[in-house]
Amino acid sequence: MFELPSGAEIQSIIATLKTGVGLFIPEIYLSVLFMLLIVVDLVVKGRKNNLLASLTVLGLAGSFFFISRQHAVKAAEIFFGMYVLDEFAVFFKYFFVLSGMLTVLVSVADDEFNRKVRSIGEYYALIVAMVVGMIMMASSVDLLMMFLSMELVGLTAYVLTGYRKDDARSSEGALKYLVYGAVSSGLMVYGFSLVYGMTGETNIMKIGAELALHGYDPLLMMLASLLIIAGFGYKIGAVPFHFWSPDVYEGAPTPITAYLSVGSKAAGFAILMRFFYVAIPHGGEPFQDIVGMDWVMLLIALSIGSMIYGNVVALWQKNVKRMLAYSSIAHAGYLLLGILVMDELGTQATLFYLLGYLLMNIGAFYVVILIANRTGSENLDDYRGLGRKMPLAGAALTVFLISLVGLPPTIGFVGKLMIFSALLAKGSVYIWLALIGVLTSVISLYYYMLIPLNMYLRESQQPDEAPAQGGMLHQAAIAVLMLLTIYFGLFFQPLTDFAKVSSSMLGLSIY
Amino acid sequence: MLSLIVFLPILAGLVILAVPSSQKQIIRIVSLLAAIAQGVLAVLIWRGYDASMPGIIAAEGGAPEGSFQFIERLPWINLDLGGFGSLNIEYFLGVDGLSITMVILTALISIIGVLSSWPIQKQVKGYFILYNLLATAMMGCFVALDFFLFYVFWELMLLPMYFLIGIWGGPNREYAAIKFFLYTLFGSVFMLLVMIGLYFSVIDPLTGNHTFSLVAMASQENYIKDAILGPESMMWRYAAFIVLFVGFAIKVPMFPFHTWLPDAHVEAPTPISVILAGVLLKLGTYGMMRINFPLFPEVFQASLYAIGVLGAINIIYGAFCALAQQDLKKMVAYSSISHMGYVLLGLAAANSEGMVGALYQMFNHGTITSMLFLLVGVIYDRAHTRQIDKFGGLASYMPVYAAVVTIAWFASLGLPGLSGFISEAFVFVGAFSSETTRNIAIVSVLGIVFGAAYLLWSLQRMFLGKRKADAAYDLEVDADGHEHIHFHDWKGKLDLDARELVMLVPLAVIVIFLGIYPMPVLGMLTSSINKLVEVLSPVVMTALN
Repeated sequence: MFELPSGAEIQSIIATLKTGVGLFIPEIYLSVLFMLLIVVDLVVKGRKNNLLASLTVLGLAGSFFFISRQHAVKAAEIFFGMYVLDEFAVFFKYFFVLSGMLTVLVSVADDEFNRKVRSIGEYYALIVAMVVGMIMMASSVDLLMMFLSMELVGLTAYVLTGYRKDDARSSEGALKYLVYGAVSSGLMVYGFSLVYGMTGETNIMKIGAELALHGYDPLLMMLASLLIIAGFGYKIGAVPFHFWSPDVYEGAPTPITAYLSVGSKAAGFAILMRFFYVAIPHGGEPFQDIVGMDWVMLLIALSIGSMIYGNVVALWQKNVKRMLAYSSIAHAGYLLLGILVMDELGTQATLFYLLGYLLMNIGAFYVVILIANRTGSENLDDYRGLGRKMPLAGAALTVFLISLVGLPPTIGFVGKLMIFSALLAKGSVYIWLALIGVLTSVISLYYYMLIPLNMYLRESQQPDEAPAQGGMLHQAAIAVLMLLTIYFGLFFQPLTDFAKVSSSMLGLSIY
Repeated sequence: MLSLIVFLPILAGLVILAVPSSQKQIIRIVSLLAAIAQGVLAVLIWRGYDASMPGIIAAEGGAPEGSFQFIERLPWINLDLGGFGSLNIEYFLGVDGLSITMVILTALISIIGVLSSWPIQKQVKGYFILYNLLATAMMGCFVALDFFLFYVFWELMLLPMYFLIGIWGGPNREYAAIKFFLYTLFGSVFMLLVMIGLYFSVIDPLTGNHTFSLVAMASQENYIKDAILGPESMMWRYAAFIVLFVGFAIKVPMFPFHTWLPDAHVEAPTPISVILAGVLLKLGTYGMMRINFPLFPEVFQASLYAIGVLGAINIIYGAFCALAQQDLKKMVAYSSISHMGYVLLGLAAANSEGMVGALYQMFNHGTITSMLFLLVGVIYDRAHTRQIDKFGGLASYMPVYAAVVTIAWFASLGLPGLSGFISEAFVFVGAFSSETTRNIAIVSVLGIVFGAAYLLWSLQRMFLGKRKADAAYDLEVDADGHEHIHFHDWKGKLDLDARELVMLVPLAVIVIFLGIYPMPVLGMLTSSINKLVEVLSPVVMTALN
């Protein structure tokens, strides 16, 4: 017979909820912003969308205030072990809000998108909704909450990918994304249910404690890890769960491509790190003997596959968006390197690399959009001679690409340096992984340089027109992104310190 | 002082950025002024340099002061890495005998390069910005004493070079540019891994932290015993030595990693060829002497024979290839490969004579090969061809040009009285007096013979005899019966004009002067070389192990 809770219990539940809500303010704020945007869209229907864009950017910027106040709070679980607030989560809050803001900025720059899309209103609202979802992904510590937040991100992402209803490629991308997403979510939930079956818990910290205490069936655990990695791997776009990404990246509106390649990928990494580090840590003290199943091996396989496949297949791409899609598969491989060493330095390196990737990848897409505004195409051949017609955009794109290759003095170089340092700090165990990493980045040089090659070394077929640059706002924005890419390549201490502080997770036992 | 000499060109580049691109002359003059200022600074550094201080490793007590000169050392980045201590990167510049020689050479070649870039008309602004970026990166490489800083400068050279070849190069420039880029990047990514490994293996005795300081890395007592590149893990030390060596050898370029060089040279515009041959190739051997060998002296001692053989292959293979070339520039490019082989041979001798010869050869090769490429450029400007067969009898029509060519060609083949002779002689004396390399030296002497062959043969075909029927120029006989030639669509002076003389005469004077009286350069580098030989000698190693 169901027993009614006593008054004292209810009191304590309410008290917990109150504290929980107090620590949930940024998410609440962003949800309110989401609804506000829908309302404003209804009010100003059919009129200028610059209002909505500025409102979104300002609204997102406002959340920094609430997020920054969370540094003072001691890491704690909230909402009955569903959700967590720690430095790791705060890092990703900043990250996702920033990526959301940049995406809005990039969306405003995309002429074709703004011309073809009839109603822009829910677009910005959906971007904000996705920010909320990604923040929740990075902060969930319960299997149910993890699944829920991943679905929130997934659903908004499907809609955003298919936002250009008139474009068949956009719809195709959305459908593919949806189908792959559904399958991989299904697999992941199956994995979750196996873990629940083994431990009887859904909170990942309790799962970790339970596994340490009672052990488990290795075969079952392997199956569960594999299934869960399928779910996470789909989000981060690692081989062999990458099949959706080239089509989605090519079909989606370019701002959304940038958003997916940075935001949703980073969210996947956040949840992957939290789940594996906390729930089934491998190699840490209490787990040394009992964890027979080596999920690190799985990640190594994923990482090698992604680095090689992503970089090699990108060599043959003629469409810049598609090329960047494959390159983002490769970067997922590099990021996995930082995760699989499973120590603080590795986490720090991964977080730093994500920050660098945010700058350089959104920067690259930004310029791709500005160029597409001018040429109406993303084909490599149409980049000929652009270096002279769009000097700033050309120089900026070159810097972003050099950074993606990992050459100094750019932030991408420091990211690679940190990742490889993390590998070599382990002694000679992972040297071979570092070798694959550096060799594939030599390969990546070739295809990234195809863009400057066309921009500068080849002349365009069209007659010379007057240099037209696009708006001052966008000029300034890419200039700032370019300078930051170089600045943080030379003076990276603030960011690495930030990444170090942020590498602490609640309930972590491996470092 | 050193910061100024390194960053002056970049400052000039920033100034140029502000100049409208139509003001070509201003852009050129700004670059020239920066290069000349760099030259003045180089002379000041040279005058202020105390040749008795050896450098190479730290002085007593572990401090680099008292051993290096013109030191600038500032903390740059100081990262807390938790369990791994802190990551210390310093802005650390300084010179010793090795670097000051190269600093002077770089400053000299930079001025020549700007002068030689004068006729370039295409995208002048972009050209000089990239050129100045390249000049900064080269100079930075030679004075950086922090591995991280060195690596940043090292990689910074690649992109400007890629564009300079790729935009202003010949017909096949895309291929040459990306080949250059891929080859050098391939070498340097491994260097990155070794750099990280060294960082985790070396402790700075002054601070007790891990460090990127090359000075600390050069002392074997600073290595942590069980670290990945510590004295106990020989396998990884060998691996690190080999990949570093390959990384630098690609730049030298050493057989079998040399194939990018002829392509790059043939496609590159003249000034870039001059920079490439005059300075960039030296970075390879400089890197070996500064980083590769002193950091792994015992592996170096074990690989002397291999390095010597590779040097000999370079000498002879390069000479053979040069002999087979129809294209004058390709011939000079292969002669570069051959002459850099002498440097490798001198290094393999591992004694003072050989090493002095190697470093002096680096300097001399810089000046001589710059002359060669300038001279190739002179004739290419006029004739729009470099095919040796398309010329003949030039000596009687262009006497000044022929005279300078003769000096350069003879300096290149090592005629006594010219600077190339002295360095090659030192290399051979060194190589003969070392047990390991004696046989290699005997074989390598053949290289001189072949060198003489291709140089004299090309000289004969181009300058002596009569105009060939299919020559690149027309013969005219004026009323007095004097013969003149003129090149199609060449409006300038037939023989060397003033700008060309300003570039070539100083180089020729240097080549002759240093052939007669080499002490200004040798005096500067001997104490450092002696120290280097001491650091590398097996005796020191056994004492340490």
